[in-house]
Amino acid sequence: MTAAKAEKPIITLDGVTRSFGSVQALRGVSAEIREGEFFSLLGPSGCGKTTLLRMIAGFDEPTTGTITLDGKPMAGIAANHRPTNMVFQSYAIFPHLSVADNVGYGLKKKRLPKAEYDREVEEALKMVSLGGYGPRAAHTLSGGQRQRVALARALIMRPKVILLDEPLSALDKKLREQMQIELRRLQRSVGITFILVTHDQEEALIMSDRIAVMFDGQIAQLDSPEALYRKPNTQRVASFIGVMNFLDAKAVGEKGGKITLDIQALGTLDIPASALPEGMRPSEISRVGVRPEMMSVVMDGAKGSGHEIAAEIAESEYYGDMTYYLVSLPGKDEPVTISMRNTAGRAVLEPGSKTRVSFSPESIVVFR
Amino acid sequence: MAKGPKKLDWLRGYASIYMVFLYAPVILLPIFAFNNSTVIAFPLKGFTTEWFSSLMDNSALHDALGNSMIVAVSTAMISTLLGAFAARAGVRYRFPAKRGIMGLILLPLVLPEIIIAVSLLVLLMRLGMSLSLWTVIAGHVLVCVPFSIAVLNSAFAGLDQSLEEASFDLGETSWGTFKRVTFPLILPGVISSLLITFTISLDEFIIAFFLTGTDVTLPVYIWSQLRFPAKLPGVMALGTLLLLLSITLLIVAEFFRRRSAQRRGLDASTTEGLI
Ligand SMILES: Nc1ncnc2c1ncn2[C@@H]1O[C@H](COP(=O)(O)OP(=O)(O)OP(=O)(O)O)[C@@H](O)[C@H]1O
Ligand SMILES: [Mg+2]
Repeated sequence: MTAAKAEKPIITLDGVTRSFGSVQALRGVSAEIREGEFFSLLGPSGCGKTTLLRMIAGFDEPTTGTITLDGKPMAGIAANHRPTNMVFQSYAIFPHLSVADNVGYGLKKKRLPKAEYDREVEEALKMVSLGGYGPRAAHTLSGGQRQRVALARALIMRPKVILLDEPLSALDKKLREQMQIELRRLQRSVGITFILVTHDQEEALIMSDRIAVMFDGQIAQLDSPEALYRKPNTQRVASFIGVMNFLDAKAVGEKGGKITLDIQALGTLDIPASALPEGMRPSEISRVGVRPEMMSVVMDGAKGSGHEIAAEIAESEYYGDMTYYLVSLPGKDEPVTISMRNTAGRAVLEPGSKTRVSFSPESIVVFR
Repeated sequence: MAKGPKKLDWLRGYASIYMVFLYAPVILLPIFAFNNSTVIAFPLKGFTTEWFSSLMDNSALHDALGNSMIVAVSTAMISTLLGAFAARAGVRYRFPAKRGIMGLILLPLVLPEIIIAVSLLVLLMRLGMSLSLWTVIAGHVLVCVPFSIAVLNSAFAGLDQSLEEASFDLGETSWGTFKRVTFPLILPGVISSLLITFTISLDEFIIAFFLTGTDVTLPVYIWSQLRFPAKLPGVMALGTLLLLLSITLLIVAEFFRRRSAQRRGLDASTTEGLI
């Protein structure tokens, strides 16, 4: 029952483009956003995230293509008639109004009885843990509190979709991490579809049910956080989401559900044929990628797992809980990055140490 | 470093002389307004309020004052309205030849007033229009709109566009957004603009002199009185009252501006204002 509901698209984007003069901000975006999900638009600066979000909100119209919201085509429907509400990057808190008047701004049109209005405002404020803040002047609030007011102002409208344009980017790191979790929890409890714009991959991974990675006005990949991280479609997606080491490779054989690869610095090894993305032939493989945590530096006396090759530590960066090593492999000019968790008693190796690197073939991702 | 205090003394002296030069004539106004003599000269003769009471039963003066009020209030409202449109368009939208158009609107700021007055007179004559207070208002609006734009430009530029979008996004109409968000936030600018244009129009002489018919405004009336030496102390008294009015208006406007800036959490001394 809930699964069926979750699959229903609340927003359908079909071939949406937007040009500003000669600048093509969006070059054909198609996607379905499901009802009740936390959806993120992730991409580098200038890739068109804000443009797309503003078109869903109704501040802008596509040059070509259509946007359907809750089964209704949105062409020609202005922002004040759409069941969406936006949390602006600058929060856009009305500076001349109190917190309560800010939150109740959209409710005023509904002409509720005073008691009911007050109750709804207080309820919305409680939802964002600002109960009792109603009478305060908006300009006395801190950045994090403004953000909550902006959210309460959207929630009180009970929209079908809440749109958030980099809502956390103005907060400091601690507060941002706290708000990420809070926002996620709130979204689950109210069940409203959230569309978040962000350029922070970690934020998108933590908060989202699904993420659309955008480059140059197009969606490069739309997947769950885990699928994006484990099975990126392209090298560009792979290096935008976390860190990945790339190695030249080509297929040299194929039999019985296994593909034999000849990989730069790692040598020949077999990977399962299922590692190949759909529609890709083994002959198309030109590179492979391995995440830093999928390889390990074999410490003295420890037994490696899977394949092992000789290596030398070029540099080490100590992060407390983790150590990042840059490791030179014979047959590859650039060192690869390997991360190691600093468990009790595990040494941090000095640059220049001779060592071995182990990895398992299952963790290898192939690219065209 | 050693030069510091000396340099400061020099600057202080300069500032004092500057202030005396600026305000001494203004102080003479109330002094002679209360002086019991028709001759404007020292030494002072004695204290009297005669000149003020003579203003009370001068019907020509009252007519001139009434005319000036009609002209100044109309000018202030029309030019602030037009200035708001222009400032908003200039800040918010891009359109062809924007710089040229804005430049043309601001041109009366640097044109000599006598040229504006004469050319308007020629134009009105050609069009066969009769001169009245309305032609004066038209002339005043022409010179006041640039000031209004200058003041309102900063008010609109300081208005975050996303505030209007947020209002719209929350279901409000364009008109509702203007009423509930835009207008309250530009109100200090509007008050400044009304005040400036009112003041400019109130003491504008050349255009009023050229473009008026039989109804004269206050400055034109005062000018006509200067021919009679006996009327001079009365003019002084009138000037004193106008001075008080201007100062009161400025203080009131500044009070409202500061209060509104405070409510928005801004530093009152750094926001759009006159003082
Ligand atoms: N009103 C506009 N006029 C002209 N070009 C625009 C306009 N709005 C956006 N663009 C261009 O469209 C492209 C996409 O802009 P957009 O703001 O959507 O990027 P973004 O992904 O949100 O980036 P950021 O992370 O920096 O906010 C950019 O090249 C931008 O310069
Ligand atoms: Mg953006």
